[in-house]
Amino acid sequence: MADAITKISIIISKGSLDGIYPGLIMANGARAEGIEANLFFTFFGLDAIHKERHEHIKMATVGNPGLHVPTMLGGLPGVSSVMTKYMNHKMEELDIPSIPEFVEMIADTGAGMYACLASVDLFGLEKNDFIDQVQDIITVGEFYEIAAGGQIIFT
Amino acid sequence: MSTTTIAATEVELNDEGFFLAPEQWTEEMAPELAAREGIDDLTGDHWTVLQFVRDEYFEKGTGPTVRVLGKTSGVSVKELYQLFPKGPAKIAARIAGIPKPRGCI
Repeated sequence: MADAITKISIIISKGSLDGIYPGLIMANGARAEGIEANLFFTFFGLDAIHKERHEHIKMATVGNPGLHVPTMLGGLPGVSSVMTKYMNHKMEELDIPSIPEFVEMIADTGAGMYACLASVDLFGLEKNDFIDQVQDIITVGEFYEIAAGGQIIFT
Repeated sequence: MSTTTIAATEVELNDEGFFLAPEQWTEEMAPELAAREGIDDLTGDHWTVLQFVRDEYFEKGTGPTVRVLGKTSGVSVKELYQLFPKGPAKIAARIAGIPKPRGCI
């Protein structure tokens, strides 16, 4: 297989449950296939590696037509929490790890984890706000250096 | 599909190198299969994983994913990737003579 994928870099830019999981699943799946993988967290995606916030990632219930909940309803207090609970419960049944557990597992597989410097500055965060698995806070240029020779996936 | 000789015995492998008939596998074949994956020395920990994936396969009909291996085999995810750098679930399945495990997590 001359054109097999051997390296990928996945950018996670959204901070909702449905915005974070796909990138994590793809990174984990890549490592399982022996593909080198790096994760780059930017903008609201930073919540996935934020010590305090990553345990409280919520489903987007407004502006999310795929959920089939009317926007007016989705915006009511508590709806996002209830939907998140339901989704977490469904995933637990399928033995899909929670976001904190999943991120730790992916780091254990040897995947690289990086935070985006511009976003970290924008939100007034520092290295200390992130879980220990985050290797570094890097610039876009450094990300491209790390991603060199592989494919880049933006989520 | 192809027929290959492993440890002086003919076995049937699919295009990806997985056993078509897991009952054709014997322990004597493991070192040669491991060498084909770039693993020259099968340690006790390797054998723990190989035995585990075979047991799981015969019990459940499919080999375990990395997540399941990390949770239940007694070998952590970190160690699994040290033992089988090119993908623990996939490579262990090849060496243990079972089909490729299917699972996204």
